[in-house]
Amino acid sequence: MSRSVSSSARGLSSLTFTVGGLMLGLLILLVCLIFSVSLGAAEIPLNQILTAFIQFDGSREHLIIQTIRLPRSLIALLVGSALAVSGALMQGLTRNPLADPGILGIESGAALAVVATIFVFGTSSLSILTIVAFLGAGVTAMLVYFLSSLGRGGATPLNITVAGAALTALISSLTTAILIVSQRTLEEIRFWLAGSLAGRDINILLQVLPFVATGLVLAFALGRQITTMSLGEDVAKGLGQQTAWVKITTAISVVLLAGSSVSLAGPIGFIGLVVPHMVRFFIKADYRWILPYSAVVGATLLLVADIAARVLLKPQELPVGVMTALVGAPFFVYLAKSKVKK
Amino acid sequence: MKVDWLVIRSETISLRIDRRVPPMLLCLAVMVVVAMVMNLGRGEYPISPLDIVKTVLGIDTGNPDHAFVIYNLRLPRTLVAFMVGMALAISGTIFQGITRNPLADPGIIGINAGASLAAVAVIVLFPLAPIYTLPLSAFAGALLMAGLIYSLAWNNGSSPVLFILMGVGLSAIASAFTSLMITFGDIYSVSDALVWLAGSVYGRTWEQVFSFLPWLMVFVPMALVLARHLNALNLGDDVAKGLGTRVEWQRGLLVLVAVALAGAGVATAGMIGFVGLIAPHLGRQLVGTNHEGLIPTSALLGGMLVVVADFLGRTLFAPIEIPCGVVTAAVGAPYFLYLLIRNRKK
Repeated sequence: MSRSVSSSARGLSSLTFTVGGLMLGLLILLVCLIFSVSLGAAEIPLNQILTAFIQFDGSREHLIIQTIRLPRSLIALLVGSALAVSGALMQGLTRNPLADPGILGIESGAALAVVATIFVFGTSSLSILTIVAFLGAGVTAMLVYFLSSLGRGGATPLNITVAGAALTALISSLTTAILIVSQRTLEEIRFWLAGSLAGRDINILLQVLPFVATGLVLAFALGRQITTMSLGEDVAKGLGQQTAWVKITTAISVVLLAGSSVSLAGPIGFIGLVVPHMVRFFIKADYRWILPYSAVVGATLLLVADIAARVLLKPQELPVGVMTALVGAPFFVYLAKSKVKK
Repeated sequence: MKVDWLVIRSETISLRIDRRVPPMLLCLAVMVVVAMVMNLGRGEYPISPLDIVKTVLGIDTGNPDHAFVIYNLRLPRTLVAFMVGMALAISGTIFQGITRNPLADPGIIGINAGASLAAVAVIVLFPLAPIYTLPLSAFAGALLMAGLIYSLAWNNGSSPVLFILMGVGLSAIASAFTSLMITFGDIYSVSDALVWLAGSVYGRTWEQVFSFLPWLMVFVPMALVLARHLNALNLGDDVAKGLGTRVEWQRGLLVLVAVALAGAGVATAGMIGFVGLIAPHLGRQLVGTNHEGLIPTSALLGGMLVVVADFLGRTLFAPIEIPCGVVTAAVGAPYFLYLLIRNRKK
């Protein structure tokens, strides 16, 4: 009797902890957002940010905030959370801690589509490249899923991993072949290939926003199902789950999230792979919490990385895909070392 | 499972290999020679096989161009292809044996990331450095990476979980730096670096042959000698200890050999993918899993694979030349998918 009271009390306080942590995360995210809008090649004091929205007066600082900084920060937020959530979904679904959206060949498919477009058609506008990248990502994911379903047992996590790895190797070798043959293409695209948030305006963001929003909604709705799937497919089936539907819906969500991210910002690695790990050091196993936490942590990480990318070597800008690893990896190494006890 | 063994026993050596191995090795050696002759003969300047043999043996064929084309252009390139294929195949065999995982390849321990970083750094930052520094720096990079991961993952013994996580983290940092150099380096150096990253034997000269050769001469015999320990390790740590193997030492030595071969091979010809994965697989189909026979067999298979890939890359879309790394990926990926589908019938 007393045991059940204290365990429910413990349950309540641990729920408070979890929600409290999420609130704290959101607060940190907000602070980072504000910093992101204020820091950069042109220093803008914090009070100007508020007046830029309330009393827009056409001054240079206000223009910078509205047309460059704010869209960029919002894109960073969106892409960071999308990547982290899609990574968490893949890791939960395939029960492979080394899974990330790249497994479905999404990043390599998008890269090949973009490189091929530039190679064949010459320069293209960023909005066209965005669409092309999304298409490439989607087609590759479908191909991987189809090929894996031909293997033994259908689209099991192992088959998905193998098919994805094989197709990714094939596609990236084709991409490299094109870049070698045409130095012009290489010169045009190498910045994009490293992942960058520069030069994206609000229209591109609005183009892609519906996809990301749908993907996030789907993902959060799948939280309970993913938790069950992460116990293993047989266990999930035994518990009555419709694993085929869960797999397909998860795949759709991953493609929406990761596809939009790569089309918005190019291939940004590391976030989808590592952020779920970082979150799991604290949340352990419940994907209903892991997914929102991943979204917040991923968004924060990418914002911080983008700030660093802009500020470190002012006014030269580093590709943000590079900074995510340089900022996140040491932190991740420290976390892993302190949290993993054998 | 009935296996016929061939036992060689003398005062100093005691060796037991699968009976299929000697004839298979002979067969493969012949196929390798045929592949090399084919590679030497085709291209923008076709030379008949008879003339090739004559030129290599030093007999005058009445056409001075033959000697030039073969000696200066094609022979070093084909030799490099063969040697790199051998090195990558042996390295892959060792890794698959150590990790007891048939899907293992040197990339797992972040070796590729470390080797790439070192080699790309040399190409982009020190374009005037002599050629022989490239294998050295790639090996140093790979070794440094492996060592860092090993030491960070040390938790009263090598913890497999930490190993993987550290590998992930450190590889990410290494690829970030590599990406940085590719994005900001001089475009010509970056182009060179990309060709290298794709895995190609284009333009390989005798200089590269002779800077790679010492690595082979030192580490291949070591691999052959350590093969028997690989058999024991393949059974699992506890069984191996029970059989008297000094597990940490042997494993460390084997990792060193595998890293050296992979690192030097990758430095000489770039990241030629799938060879370290496919050659041991094919070898196992042909001669079984006993490593004393498997290592030479996969070595010859790997060498042949890269030579044929180079041949196809040069001739398929002539005059455009496709790097052999692209061909091995183009062939290897479907082979893997085929393995995947084939398992379904079982």
